[in-house]
Amino acid sequence: MSEPILELRGINKSFGAVHVLHDVDFTVRAGEVTALVGDNGAGKSTLVKCIAGIHPTDSGEVLFDGRQVSIHGPKDAADLGIEVVYQDLALCDNLDIVQNMFLGRERGKAGVLDEADMEQAARRTLASLSVRTVKSVRTPVAALSGGQRQTVAIAKAVLWDSKVVLLDEPTAALGVAQTRQVLDLVRRLAEQGLGVVLISHNMNDVFEVADRIACLYLGRMAAELPTKDVSHSQVVELITAGRSGDLGIARPDMAAV
Amino acid sequence: MSDTSAGTATTGDKNDERGPAPTGGEAGATAKNTAKGPDRSTDKATPSAAIADFGIDTTSQTTGEALRAYVARVRGGEFGSLPALLGLVVLLVVFSALSDSFLTLGNIANLLAQGTGTTIIAMGLVFVLLLGEIDLSAGTASGVTASVMALHLVRNGNLLSGMGTTVFYLFAAALVVAVVLALLLRVWIGAGLSAVALVIVLAGVPANPWVEMLLALCVGAAIGCITGFLVAKVGIPSFVVTLALFLAWGGVVLQFIGEGGTLGLRNDVLFAVANGNLSTAASWALFVVAAGGYAAVVLTRHFSRLRKGLVAQPTTLVAVRVGAVVVLGAAATYLLTLNRSVSNVVTISGVPYVVPIVLVLLVIGTFVLDRTRYGRHIYAVGGNKEAARRAGINVTQIRMSVFVICSSVAALGAIVYSSKVGSVDPNAGGGNTLLFAVGAAVIGGTSLFGGKGRIRDAVIGGAVLAIIQNGLGLLKQPAAVVSIVTGLVLLLAASVDALSRRRAAAAPR
Ligand SMILES: Nc1ncnc2c1ncn2[C@@H]1O[C@H](COP(=O)(O)OP(=O)(O)OP(=O)(O)O)[C@@H](O)[C@H]1O
Ligand SMILES: [Mg+2]
Repeated sequence: MSEPILELRGINKSFGAVHVLHDVDFTVRAGEVTALVGDNGAGKSTLVKCIAGIHPTDSGEVLFDGRQVSIHGPKDAADLGIEVVYQDLALCDNLDIVQNMFLGRERGKAGVLDEADMEQAARRTLASLSVRTVKSVRTPVAALSGGQRQTVAIAKAVLWDSKVVLLDEPTAALGVAQTRQVLDLVRRLAEQGLGVVLISHNMNDVFEVADRIACLYLGRMAAELPTKDVSHSQVVELITAGRSGDLGIARPDMAAV
Repeated sequence: MSDTSAGTATTGDKNDERGPAPTGGEAGATAKNTAKGPDRSTDKATPSAAIADFGIDTTSQTTGEALRAYVARVRGGEFGSLPALLGLVVLLVVFSALSDSFLTLGNIANLLAQGTGTTIIAMGLVFVLLLGEIDLSAGTASGVTASVMALHLVRNGNLLSGMGTTVFYLFAAALVVAVVLALLLRVWIGAGLSAVALVIVLAGVPANPWVEMLLALCVGAAIGCITGFLVAKVGIPSFVVTLALFLAWGGVVLQFIGEGGTLGLRNDVLFAVANGNLSTAASWALFVVAAGGYAAVVLTRHFSRLRKGLVAQPTTLVAVRVGAVVVLGAAATYLLTLNRSVSNVVTISGVPYVVPIVLVLLVIGTFVLDRTRYGRHIYAVGGNKEAARRAGINVTQIRMSVFVICSSVAALGAIVYSSKVGSVDPNAGGGNTLLFAVGAAVIGGTSLFGGKGRIRDAVIGGAVLAIIQNGLGLLKQPAAVVSIVTGLVLLLAASVDALSRRRAAAAPR
């Protein structure tokens, strides 16, 4: 088993009166794909946003590479080498593909942009993702199809020399071929030594690419297991009931409060 | 569709390449290549082959393709400045047909000076509109800067006696507050300019036309700091904040100048801003610098993009555009260097100073929005605030800063319109000033919904409004007609804006 690159301990997060994450422990290992599964509203996206520094956590600690870190904003996360593909993609419709990919991290000297450098780098990344349907890297994102936007969001995340990549339902809008490519990419990123987190509702995809599966049930971490130790039906049971045999949380019926 | 087949093709070789689960150093080495750099695709094919078979190969197009793409964009709802430019042509034709005096050199020069104040305020407003916000106080705020400037000039730098003790200290306190607020949100330029205003005011620097203009600019920045803080940090909708400040600043102007009073700007430099002209030689020098600079920048950039294999427009189109600018610039310069005086006693000739003033602001504004990180962030926040925040952009700071820019630029507009009439009265910046400025930006193609717009929109829209007012004036139409027509044109522009959004939303995904 490889080293944990990112470790969360006892994360709690509430939105006002709604307690969304309860004492969540979560580990991401370098060179492995960790699938994060759970029903709608289980808190997967919230957990990802806490890691990315979008939402401040109420309590709990975050360890990166064994060191305790505090992530106060998206910049902190990016500086650590954490990249996120958000479920809602977080793209600016009025900007083109290149501008979106480098948003917030534009290249250039003294505040003046180096468009040539950015355009070339963006094209190389997209080429490596085999994006064949986009006519030009200067197309505004508003003019792209849902799948193309998703690809841009993924390209934006893999453009950087990152250590951890979190993908929140990255294949939701993709066709068969593009889904295949994303799953391959997920595998490749892990093989390159990155810690990869994949959120997905598709059990086939999860079992195909994931080394470990973490299951959230109503904001609690029900189980975190190697893929080879669980079966399809066990995971489905963990997702829907929080418990499967001796796996899962002790009293899932109490968790609902 | 072709994407499916192409995608499947890659799937094949990607599957092969997955192989046994590697975790060792070798994989790490490939990792770096794959994460960045042109060698990314060496594991599949040569990089050039990969890029060639990758769909993005339309870095250059023929002129025909580019024109067709443009037509498609316009049909898709991206009108840009096109409606305003068409409107400009129509107005020019109509008014020159209806009025003999419209297309005279004297009137054209006069028109330029009349429209410049509004146009400059509109240029600042573009920054605010790009965020989908509005600054209704820009007009009366510009009035405040004009009145401070006039008061400082008339009282030879002694604002304490000019304003009265209480008002003076309140004014100074407001400047201090502006500095503090700007420092809090780290909008350095706002803090710096407000501090300069504070120094000029407290030190009682004697009157000097350049100091007056600097003071106006700095007071504008201070006003922007206060507006911006209330919108960006406190979180009051900009519509409400600036509506309240619109009223408040109107009162401040009245307080500074006094009911029924007028402060004359008796100073040659201040008078020349809107009423002076460049000499013939300087006019041509301006042409050489402006047109030559434009040609040099556009062509250098174009050929460097071609050389690097980046997305570029067809060379013919670029050449036509540069040629058109040079020819039109030369023609305009030639006409404006002719004598346009109606009497035989004096000669009036040369390009009015307002032209280089607008050009400089246009160049700076375009540079900031198109070429700098800050400008990119403005578009990003205007397009999707949450995405910008997640990209690590300091949204609060950006939102505050655009109000600082807007009010500072409005102060420059105030200098020009005050110079035009040679005095500042309690109505300065009030009335329709702001509405015309917003109208100019929107008519030019800046979206009220944020994220879309350019500085040149303000100039084009400003020209449309100036021509309408000037032309209807020449036709001896009453103020009622001018207002109604202007209102209808603005409505038309806003409809075009809304329509273009609808079309863009309905465009195929
Ligand atoms: N900004 C917010 N304010 C208030 N409540 C929120 C907010 N974001 C999420 N929640 C709540 O937190 C809970 C978890 O939401 P989250 O988006 O993390 O679910 P998820 O596991 O990603 O679901 P899905 O599979 O549908 O994407 C939900 O009950 C949701 O209503
Ligand atoms: Mg989610």
